[in-house]
Amino acid sequence: MPFTNEQLERYSRHIILKEIGVKGQKKIMNGSVLIIGAGGLGAPAALYLAAAGVGKIGIADADVVDLSNLQRQVIHTTADIGRPKVESAAETMRAINPDVEVETYHEFITSDNIMDIIRDYDFVLDGTDNFSAKFLINDACVMADKPFSHAGILRFKGQLMTVIPHESPCYRCVFKTMPPKDAIPTCRQAGVIGAMAGVIGSLQALEAVKFLTGSGDLLTGKLLTFDALTMKFHTINLPPRGEGCAVCSDHPEITELIDYEQPVCEFKPGQN
Amino acid sequence: MRITVSGENKEVKDGITISELIEQENVETPEYVSVSVNEEFEQRANFDTKQLKEGDVVEFLYFMGGGR
Ligand SMILES: [Zn+2]
Repeated sequence: MPFTNEQLERYSRHIILKEIGVKGQKKIMNGSVLIIGAGGLGAPAALYLAAAGVGKIGIADADVVDLSNLQRQVIHTTADIGRPKVESAAETMRAINPDVEVETYHEFITSDNIMDIIRDYDFVLDGTDNFSAKFLINDACVMADKPFSHAGILRFKGQLMTVIPHESPCYRCVFKTMPPKDAIPTCRQAGVIGAMAGVIGSLQALEAVKFLTGSGDLLTGKLLTFDALTMKFHTINLPPRGEGCAVCSDHPEITELIDYEQPVCEFKPGQN
Repeated sequence: MRITVSGENKEVKDGITISELIEQENVETPEYVSVSVNEEFEQRANFDTKQLKEGDVVEFLYFMGGGR
């Protein structure tokens, strides 16, 4: 289908890029991305992916907007406090770009539902705040051969990597096993600078667009780290895919999804 | 010898191992930290034996669970 005049104008800054062009913009508009977690990382990613015109964006989150979220979760506003995050995020995305089809999943991602949810998408973006979800997303995406972007943030630091399952190293190739409960400080205990979520979530959105359009080199086989206090980015080369990895080696030990127990990052008054 | 640790220039003893450096630097959650030397990921199995060299650039990589 040819672009409408409105679309030509809306996406003109993409279309003019030789790495994207009309063809690339079509790929973006025919593409689909699932964002798991409508929070710090998911918020900027959802805003940019909606603005970019990604054909279908799924957003999954079981929570409602809390006052303590607003320091970094820029897709929600003060008026959204108490609303499901997926509703608030979907409304903002549709307001930015009515071309985008938004699908919401107001539920926790578990071993029972994750396979069904990721199936319909080209690319998955991990914007969750706890290790149980991060390992679950990794394992499910590896088993389903679904490309995804992993990221984490804490205090003034952030990191991310892109995984093309069975081609590039996965999260478990690097961070072998789930750390025990309370072994690692969470954002809730340790804090996080709001704009860090913007930096890392936007990098995840970039990877999704690059994946859909096939432009440039993806952040595979590498872990990118960013320290805002020293303003330094590092790219660390990761070990080869699958070597001793419990899920993505050619003879994996893990063949079924695991629901680890882990408290989440968020401070909710009156809970825990 | 001098090496760079988390972006800072440091004087350490010659041939210091990664494990010794982790201890000396009072790294948070040492059992779960990952390490890169000169932008290459180091396997935990080598921490006790891998000796650092003059000019090496060491970064500590932490589990980061945040995102929301
Ligand atoms: Zn792996």
